[in-house]
Amino acid sequence: MRALTFENVTVRFGSRRRGTVAVDDVSLVVPAGQVVGLVGESGSGKSTLARAAVGLAPLTAGRITPSARGRHVQMVFQDPYSALDPRMSIGESIAEAMPSVDRAEVARLLELVGLPADRARDRPHLLSGGQRQRVALARALAGNPEVIIADEITSALDVSIQGAVLNVVRELQRRMNLTMLFISHNLAVVRYVSDIVAVMREGKIVEYGPVDEVLGDPRHEYTRELLAAVPRPAH
Amino acid sequence: MAARGLRRAGPLGISALALLVLVIVLALVAPLIWQQRADAINAAEILRGPSGAHPAGTDLLGRDIFARVLVATRLSVGLALLATVLGVTAGLLVGATTAVLGRRAGRWIGTLINITVAFPNLLLALFFAVIFGVGAKGAVLAIGFATAPGFARITQTLASGVAGRDFIAAARIAGVGRFRILTRHVLPNIAEPLVVTATIAMGGAMLAFASLSFLGLGVQAPSYDWGRLLGEGLQQIYIHPAGALIPGLAVVLAAMAFNLSGEVVARAIGLRSTSTGTLGDPPPPAPSDPMPEADALLAVHNLQVSFPGVRPVRGVSLSLRRGEAVGIVGESGSGKSLTALAIARLIEPPGEVTADRLEFLGEDLRGDVSAHRRLLGTSLAMVFQDPMTSLNPVQRVGRQLAEVVRTHQRADRRTAWARAVDRLSAVRIADAAKRAGQLPHEFSGGMRQRAMIGMGVMANPALVIADEPTTALDVTVQKQVLQLLQNIRSAENVGLLFISHDVTVVGQVCERVLVMYAGRIVEDLPASALREHARHPYTRALVAAVPDMETDRNLPLAVIPGRPPDPRDLPVGCAFAARCPLATDRCREEDPPLDSLETGRRVACWHAEQTVPHLSLIKGEQS
Ligand SMILES: Nc1ncnc2c1ncn2[C@@H]1O[C@H](COP(=O)(O)OP(=O)(O)OP(=O)(O)O)[C@@H](O)[C@H]1O
Ligand code: SF4
Ligand SMILES: [Mg+2]
Repeated sequence: MRALTFENVTVRFGSRRRGTVAVDDVSLVVPAGQVVGLVGESGSGKSTLARAAVGLAPLTAGRITPSARGRHVQMVFQDPYSALDPRMSIGESIAEAMPSVDRAEVARLLELVGLPADRARDRPHLLSGGQRQRVALARALAGNPEVIIADEITSALDVSIQGAVLNVVRELQRRMNLTMLFISHNLAVVRYVSDIVAVMREGKIVEYGPVDEVLGDPRHEYTRELLAAVPRPAH
Repeated sequence: MAARGLRRAGPLGISALALLVLVIVLALVAPLIWQQRADAINAAEILRGPSGAHPAGTDLLGRDIFARVLVATRLSVGLALLATVLGVTAGLLVGATTAVLGRRAGRWIGTLINITVAFPNLLLALFFAVIFGVGAKGAVLAIGFATAPGFARITQTLASGVAGRDFIAAARIAGVGRFRILTRHVLPNIAEPLVVTATIAMGGAMLAFASLSFLGLGVQAPSYDWGRLLGEGLQQIYIHPAGALIPGLAVVLAAMAFNLSGEVVARAIGLRSTSTGTLGDPPPPAPSDPMPEADALLAVHNLQVSFPGVRPVRGVSLSLRRGEAVGIVGESGSGKSLTALAIARLIEPPGEVTADRLEFLGEDLRGDVSAHRRLLGTSLAMVFQDPMTSLNPVQRVGRQLAEVVRTHQRADRRTAWARAVDRLSAVRIADAAKRAGQLPHEFSGGMRQRAMIGMGVMANPALVIADEPTTALDVTVQKQVLQLLQNIRSAENVGLLFISHDVTVVGQVCERVLVMYAGRIVEDLPASALREHARHPYTRALVAAVPDMETDRNLPLAVIPGRPPDPRDLPVGCAFAARCPLATDRCREEDPPLDSLETGRRVACWHAEQTVPHLSLIKGEQS
């Protein structure tokens, strides 16, 4: 596993004059074998930053290592229902991400994310949202990546299932020593899986540090705002 | 699948398919059987009217017109087919290319397609006929290329819908090439609607071909197709009309066969909506619920939703007053969305909805849905979880909002647009006038969701049903969206039915919370009681499973063990028994009714009085 490094990364959409700058000169390190939790408001550029790392968004300036070419960085998406091709078995979806198709490896990956290997032939519609996210995780691992990016992977899941997926993520990360950028809007979830927290706002990283420090003693005004917005039950 | 499709097709569909089969069989065999008869010149029988020997009379050379019409089936269908294949292939290539090429090139081609689509087909065909020359070949090319732009556009629209989905992105990240993505992921996922559209295009091509031949630009003598026969017949129409009528009829029938069959297939595979859900059958005995209050904005009693072989909603009763916010929580598949859809009369066949009572603003919503369209369209707004799939990806956001008032209130274009901009700023979208002119993909997720809410309140609704409206959003935006819903509610006294699987959010937004499990309401309690005073073990488990800012990071998270039961195979007794720490034999034998407790509270559990400390709910089990 390697660190994931963003060096002065800028992503601009549209023309210079009328376009929007989604990511604005961001420098960020996800140290090898650690989890960085990325939080921030909608439209702050979290997903764009993630997508830039896997080559789905064009870099206007800056550098990301390892590069998006060559499957070093893999990503798990938010929506379990659009993450898998409905026309393919889950085994095929996982195999597609491998350099060469290897049935035994597909079975091993499924077991790894807590699904019975004999489900490889199932179509996605037979799986629950949580199971689909685990398949998506298995697919991300299939290319033997050095870095995994998880973009809101539990936000479409039920609380009971969310817990199970987070448990799998946390376990795998520790066991395989994965380098991971974990994006979530749920501060409690980020707090639970991350070693480091980065707070993003309007395309910039405004705060970065060990999770306990940032959440326990936020320095930036916006981080404090975020903490205050954590939903608390009425009365 | 095929049998079910046929059943859904209805009598009209079945006749269309039968007609289609007839046309195809005729195209294959007619020339083998009647060719001679059709070509036999008979000087003794020139221009005769219909008779036993010549059902459609004879032409200038005494040939039997009916036989000629039958024989012409092959050429007419064959040429139209050729033209369609040409048009579809060209359209598919161009349309799919936009999916393979980068965004910029794709946009250029898209613009080109849009321009060509705007030309009337026949005009384009005439233009091509002049270029390619008069004759069958020219006509095939002409009609083919006239069909292509429309098909290209449909392909492009469908493909861009699929291309935005995450599995495409995942395949790209995994290093799968563009062409392979097209053939493996995009095309299989859009094949069905394309086949249907092609069938319908075939009907159009038949008509177009007949017109060209009729005008003398298509098939040339001595060959003949229906268009030509129609032309010849028309010259003698005053002598005997059958000679023109029969070929004309053949064209219309064959075109209809293709068109309708396309529609039928579309309906069978669920591409077109035909809201004809039935309501009002006597439902099975209701669980013991209090009758909803008389002054309710919404009153639902014993609502059931079933699909063939499964009944995912099993007797839901609820009521909602003006300005009240009621939440529905529950796991995925518990029937929350179906309940909402049933209330809005959006359940499609084969889904079936029954209720003892389903009243909205005093109107009984049961029965034929078209009678309630107006009320539902203007007074009830639905906000869905996934704004990307609810917004049309290729239409400007403002235009989509404007559409609502244009259809329901017949507002003119300018007023509708102004209102759209106004509503967008009402949902706090900065620079609304500029944003209204953008496409959905130019919005962030939170903005799309706010735009959806803006769309919901275009027409001053009395009730907003929001199905997981903030699930995809981060806390600050979630807070804004929730605030927005609250504002709308209090400013305009709008009722809110708020669906979510997040107990915390529901507890924050709503006054009352309904907890659903396996298609039933298992608890109905004030939001303030959620945290500490929930009675049902499931409610308590849901509350306990939410990670908070104090959760121990070194322990696995609390999860509710097991999975919800399969709605096709519900256990006898309490549906939660297999996962319940309090389950006893009674629970496994008898289903607890939803009993009313003190004011307003309801709970369905045999052991609701028993207190369990939250911690006794299993920690750390993998589900
Ligand atoms: N068209 C359909 N045909 C058959 N079964 C269906 C259909 N639509 C939904 N169901 C089933 O009905 C049950 C309830 O579905 P519903 O969508 O209401 O759940 P939900 O509570 O909204 O879940 P979620 O939290 O995932 O949105 C599920 O078991 C689902 O599989
Ligand atoms: S009825 Fe029994 S099984 Fe069902 S929730 Fe109550 S205690 Fe648990
Ligand atoms: Mg739902």
